Amino acid sequence: MPMDDRSKLLRRYVIDAMRGGGRGHLGSSMSMIEILRVLYDSVLKYDPKNPESADRDRFVLSKGHGCLALYAILADKGFFPISELESFCRPTSRLGGHPERGKVPGVEASTGALGHGLPIAVGLALAMRLQKRNSRVFVLTGDGEINEGSNWEAGMAASKHKLSNLTVMVDYNKLQSYGKTSEVLDLEPLVDKFKSFGFVTHEVDGHDVAALEAILKKLPFSGGAPSAIICHTIKGKGFPFAEGNPEWHHKSGMTETDIQQMYDCL
Amino acid sequence: MRKTALDCVYKLSKIDERVVFVGSDLGPGVLDKMKTEFPQRFFMEGVSEQYIVGMAAGLAMEGFIPYVNTIATFLTRRCYEQVAVDLCIHDLPVRLIANGGGGVYAPLGPTHLAIEDIAIMRALPNMAVVAPCDADEMNRLMMSTLEWPHPIYIRLGKGGDKIVSEEKNGFELGKSILMRSGTDGMFVTTGVMTQLALETADLLKHDGVNVGVVHMHTIKPFDAAGVILAIENVKAVVTVEEHIVNGGLGSALLETCSDLRPELLPKIARLGIPDKFATEYGSQNSLLKHWGITSDTLVGAMMKKLGG
Repeated sequence: MPMDDRSKLLRRYVIDAMRGGGRGHLGSSMSMIEILRVLYDSVLKYDPKNPESADRDRFVLSKGHGCLALYAILADKGFFPISELESFCRPTSRLGGHPERGKVPGVEASTGALGHGLPIAVGLALAMRLQKRNSRVFVLTGDGEINEGSNWEAGMAASKHKLSNLTVMVDYNKLQSYGKTSEVLDLEPLVDKFKSFGFVTHEVDGHDVAALEAILKKLPFSGGAPSAIICHTIKGKGFPFAEGNPEWHHKSGMTETDIQQMYDCL
Repeated sequence: MRKTALDCVYKLSKIDERVVFVGSDLGPGVLDKMKTEFPQRFFMEGVSEQYIVGMAAGLAMEGFIPYVNTIATFLTRRCYEQVAVDLCIHDLPVRLIANGGGGVYAPLGPTHLAIEDIAIMRALPNMAVVAPCDADEMNRLMMSTLEWPHPIYIRLGKGGDKIVSEEKNGFELGKSILMRSGTDGMFVTTGVMTQLALETADLLKHDGVNVGVVHMHTIKPFDAAGVILAIENVKAVVTVEEHIVNGGLGSALLETCSDLRPELLPKIARLGIPDKFATEYGSQNSLLKHWGITSDTLVGAMMKKLGG
């Protein structure tokens, strides 16, 4: 599916940041651009001028290494200036190689160590219920990330507590750092796994904006259970040399030529 | 001490609706009163400490004060990254109530013996580490926890301890208590070892040796000024802890003196658990004897430092 101008713009913001920092998780960020775009354009309730407003929806980026995509959409929405993206990973920047709560407006949790987002999100969703708020909680995990058992502990709890205000989205790009998820630690049957843990689960093409909008409009999938959306994505989406190539999971020491090669794809 | 800590959670839950309780898979009937009166704020979440700490962090991010309780080794070793990242990096007011500090679970073997918990918890920025000496002090500590804005690790000793703390000394997190003054030597203690040190000081007094006891219920933040004031004018200092000798109270004192008053270092000796996992079962008292933490060894260590 060809990318539209908005998807290209957000990808350019990611490259702007990578140029500034000379590094970044390209593959992991590009697979989730459309997921974040649809969440922030059409689904989440938030106010960039008041990022801590009590009635906002909470979005936790559990795969913190994909933060370039998060920074791109937050800058696009006005949480901080777009020009700040170039400071990525510089000594005094707010924008580090993993996102930090309290530093970056709009970042709900400091993540980077994997398998932390879903347990925290369960706590947030329970808090929303205790405080009788209508706010919803979304968490985006990686696929390699759900190798971590903490996700499945939290999954059981989300189901036990019937957290219909909680939605887990999995960026299922089928590649982790070393190689294919099917070879490193196979997640299949992934949909059945989430279903068996008590999530009402759907699959979607994670790059199809209309399909993402349609599935997210149906939330909650049940009034008495948490929701899960398995988003089928392509690691490095938009960059033919990086697509499906684990070498581009993370890049450092990038040259101007590398950067130009990326801009040229858009 | 454990019963007092949990009773306090119930008391706190009645006076402050931010208080929630999170257990793993505790014994039947734990905190039944709270469960009955405030079922929404009572969570028993299963044998899943990684999740539990993250979930407590999520609740704390939204203004709650979670009190998390399970066995000390499971709250420290099992979910150390969650404690470090979810609680300490975020600097959230979650309270970890850790059952069985030191040799409490002697019959259950080394998987259940929290012998290095103080060392690993005090390695974490933002974390406070507290080990009260008896149930009364536990009560004072717990009732003071609502306003502390950072995470706290609370180490429980054995149950039914003798009461040695005094109401008049109060309780302030991060502040040492001079339980007994001394002119010859000073025991620097934490947790229930304060009881042993007080008994030993009595024995020494019979022999004409005047030894005091300064109780460090809080090992972090460490009350450097208080402890230096207590030890600077005595001839010998022995630290006593139910914890391995590296990384705990004794280390904290040596570090403090090394930084601030290096001339005090030569008079300090450390007494604690040797740097190895337990190889015996038995009881807490038999393990303490095996480890060499008894009144006799305290006397010996103090007299050696005094040159006697």
